[in-house]
Amino acid sequence: MSISGLLGQLFAIVLALVLAPLLTGWVNQCRAWLQSRSAPPLLQPYYMLHKLFRKDVVLAHNASSVFRTAPFVIFGCMLLACAIIPSLSTDLPFAPAADTLALVGVFGLARIFISLAAMDIGTAFGSLGGRREMLIGFLAEPALLMVIFTLAMISQSTSVATIVETLAHREVVIYPSLAFAGIAFTFVSLAENARVPVDNPATHLELTMIHEAMILEYSGRHLALIEWAASLKLYAYSCLGLALFFPWGIAAGDSILGLAGAIPLLLMKLAIGGALLALIETVNAKMRIFRAPEFLGTAFMLAVLGLLVRLLLETRV
Amino acid sequence: MSTIPLSAQLINLCASVILLLAFAMLAQRRVMQLINLFALQGLVLCLSTLVVAVTTKQHHLYWSAGLTLLLKALLLPWILHRLVRKLYVKWDIESLVNVPTTMLVGVVLVMIAFNVAQPISLLSQTISRGTLGIALAVVMLAFLMMITRTKAIPQVVGFLAMENGLFLAATSATYGMPMVVELGIALDVLVGVIILGVFFFQIRDQFDSLDIRNMERLKDN
Amino acid sequence: MEPDIFILLLAIPLVSGALLTVLGEREWAPNLNIIASGGTFLASVLLTADIVAHGPRFALGEQFFIDSMNVFFVTLTAFVGMTTSIFSGPYMKNEREHGRLSAPRLRLYKSMFQMFMFTMLVALTTNNMGILWVAMEAATLTTVLLVSLYRTPASLEAAWKYFILCGVGIAQALFGTILLYFAAERVLGETGNALLWTHLVDVKSQLEPHIMALSFIFLLVGYGTKVGLAPLHNWLPDAHAEGPTPVSAVLSGLLLNVALYAILRCKVLADGAVSPDFAGNLMMGFGLLTLLMAAFFLGRQKDIKRMFAYSSIEHMGLITFAFGMGGAVANYAGFLHMTMHSLTKSAIFFAVGHATQKTGTQLIADIRGLIHINPLIGWSLMLGTLAILGMPPFGVFASEFMILTHAMKHYPWTTPILLTALGVAFAQIFGKVQPMVFGETHAKPLPHAPAITPVFLHLALVLMIGLYIPPYLTRWFHEAARMLG
Repeated sequence: MSISGLLGQLFAIVLALVLAPLLTGWVNQCRAWLQSRSAPPLLQPYYMLHKLFRKDVVLAHNASSVFRTAPFVIFGCMLLACAIIPSLSTDLPFAPAADTLALVGVFGLARIFISLAAMDIGTAFGSLGGRREMLIGFLAEPALLMVIFTLAMISQSTSVATIVETLAHREVVIYPSLAFAGIAFTFVSLAENARVPVDNPATHLELTMIHEAMILEYSGRHLALIEWAASLKLYAYSCLGLALFFPWGIAAGDSILGLAGAIPLLLMKLAIGGALLALIETVNAKMRIFRAPEFLGTAFMLAVLGLLVRLLLETRV
Repeated sequence: MSTIPLSAQLINLCASVILLLAFAMLAQRRVMQLINLFALQGLVLCLSTLVVAVTTKQHHLYWSAGLTLLLKALLLPWILHRLVRKLYVKWDIESLVNVPTTMLVGVVLVMIAFNVAQPISLLSQTISRGTLGIALAVVMLAFLMMITRTKAIPQVVGFLAMENGLFLAATSATYGMPMVVELGIALDVLVGVIILGVFFFQIRDQFDSLDIRNMERLKDN
Repeated sequence: MEPDIFILLLAIPLVSGALLTVLGEREWAPNLNIIASGGTFLASVLLTADIVAHGPRFALGEQFFIDSMNVFFVTLTAFVGMTTSIFSGPYMKNEREHGRLSAPRLRLYKSMFQMFMFTMLVALTTNNMGILWVAMEAATLTTVLLVSLYRTPASLEAAWKYFILCGVGIAQALFGTILLYFAAERVLGETGNALLWTHLVDVKSQLEPHIMALSFIFLLVGYGTKVGLAPLHNWLPDAHAEGPTPVSAVLSGLLLNVALYAILRCKVLADGAVSPDFAGNLMMGFGLLTLLMAAFFLGRQKDIKRMFAYSSIEHMGLITFAFGMGGAVANYAGFLHMTMHSLTKSAIFFAVGHATQKTGTQLIADIRGLIHINPLIGWSLMLGTLAILGMPPFGVFASEFMILTHAMKHYPWTTPILLTALGVAFAQIFGKVQPMVFGETHAKPLPHAPAITPVFLHLALVLMIGLYIPPYLTRWFHEAARMLG
């Protein structure tokens, strides 16, 4: 572990903290454009965070310590996830801390905490949201794991950095299995980030919401942390998707030059990814909550198919 | 590990997309979308045949690819579209088994197909041999679609998709059947669809619907 | 050999089918139909004489091949086709006067009938396994139209079921054909000959056994659907019961045979490539299952045509079983039984057709006392039933007896199954036909006298073969049986 590597790692974390709300703002802006609405400013999420951090926290009188610690745990989880997902360089000193399987676990931990916190106060919406969140997580996790297995089989490793290195830094080979895995991953990301076909991040329509239902009771800096964590999650998933399926441009070493080259590329890829996300959210209608299992079942099935196709087509010479 | 030549990679990609489309058809709830998916499948099938043709310089495969494009990607979808419009079919497809269960059964079928085809495709010398498993899987998925759907048109699309799978099998295992046979098959499929088109009108006239569940009168007792 | 008799054989049904389509329903159309079928039969007889005299031959390059095995089927097909067209003349006139069929439908019927004969003959004589598939599929398409001829809800349902099930089945057969081509191409190369049966037979021992095994399974299931082998037999009773009776007669008498013929061709190849028992055991298994299933379903039928359709399934099971056992005796018996079943069953359907027209119903419970309405029809139904049930001295008895004794000798464990199935079938059918023939009735005579000649012609042939098989026929069967190995 070199100093420059450590610096690169720190830079990646700081970049994640800075870029995550921007990505959220960008997606919102694109969505507004696509829906012919006047768009909120690109920096709106920063203003939100700034405002929330200055406000007082209002706690329910029966809130336990879980409710109070949850935002910090969630924020920490997301930050860790961003740290181990290669966005600029595959040389991440923190990467050995968790491989892809553990990464899924980190997301799982965050999910458990947010659901616990949601049910802690005992309001109807909180427990409703918490239960729905667990349902979706329960279905999305296996699909995500299958996607990761497919990738792990290609690169013979479960470490994110190694997977990205294998895929990015060698001759171009078409992996049909990646097409399946990619679609499955998209499905999972949409569900996990409370995006349109499964949840609508922009609505407080009571009976359909999932993510918003869970954080209704939060306020002030707690809410700020949770909102920021949600942005980080979107950023983490975006980076993971980009790293796994469009890994070109991620630097192998920790040279300044490599990093400098990787930043604009990352920005560009995130911008395109965000626009695509907005497009998906615009052309699709939110599905009924009872259709969500079907949606995620499809994702799981696609991931399994990817694995099978990998076994059938790509293992032989 | 990556010594698979580029053309084979392309063929594999096409085959995978065909498999993906087969699943999409299985999950599709709208008649029009289903027909479009079928047309797309025909198009990808034509592309994959073209890749095989270019790589192996098998001239009759150009003809097969052209025939596929004409018949499966353009003519048949067009006929089906017209039928749906003329018959005012209700656009929602109903399924006997719910979609997730169908999908799970589908995955199991794919596993079976891959297992059956694996040892056999190893014996082939063609560049596209790996796709034999996918071809068998597509056939089985189409079969599944035929037995789980309750409307006449999806059943026919299933039948045609099965035909696509068979065509893929022919190109993947042996670079296509002899031309006489291929022409014969194409003719049969075309005539079949036309006859069915006539048939649809009769069924609708008699039952006021294209729902196959109306047709359960004939039983053994 | 200048005017090729073989070309004539295929051309007559094709041209007359086209003519009947173009000219439409005229006064003389039924006669044209009969003349065309008669011409086809004549051509088939001449062709047979030619084959018997000069041995197997090719036609149209190597695409068609006629040997003693398929020429036997060709003659049988042409013969039943001819008698059916004779039968359908007055039958269809009655249907028209009852208002069940209009002139355009009759035109459709006649042209499709000839097209059906054409596809059957192509399927039988082609040397190309791919063309065989194409012809079988075309036969499905023509018969789908024939089955739905009445356009009643029930007939549409039957035709739809028929199309979908046979479509699925025939798709399996295509997959089997592709695999066959795959196996053959490895040996024969991409010469375009790799689907020609004569070439395949020469190299059958070199074909890759794994591929051939899988290929045969697919072909058996695929063509087996058309034979009516359980569990894919569901279309058969519906199609037989809801289609016009002449169509039931050709379905039972011809289509099932031709599908079985396709399986036999494939079996020869599979036997050469895989271990000799493989294909045989599969066929025995399917045959027994079919036989047993059909025998027990027979009793539940209320519709007379459905009942005899199940009887056809039963006999197809028995024949499949016989060919599964293999060997000279069993193959001989199989061919004999196919012939007998074909003749007898079509005779029964002719009789049933007249009987249902007389009484105006297909329900067994409503058909009573045929012997009083029309003694000829009554007797023909009774005799046909006795013949199909394997009563001596009819020919079915001879073939069933041979199959049974052969099974007892080589596969003793199958004896109880066979005897149970045949016994149950006997009791069921006889119990139902007896009151239909001898009972009380009040039905009126029909405007057009029934064509009863075909029935008695068939039954006389069956009776003759039961008592005395002409030596050339024996030679012929032996020759065909030997070809099967």
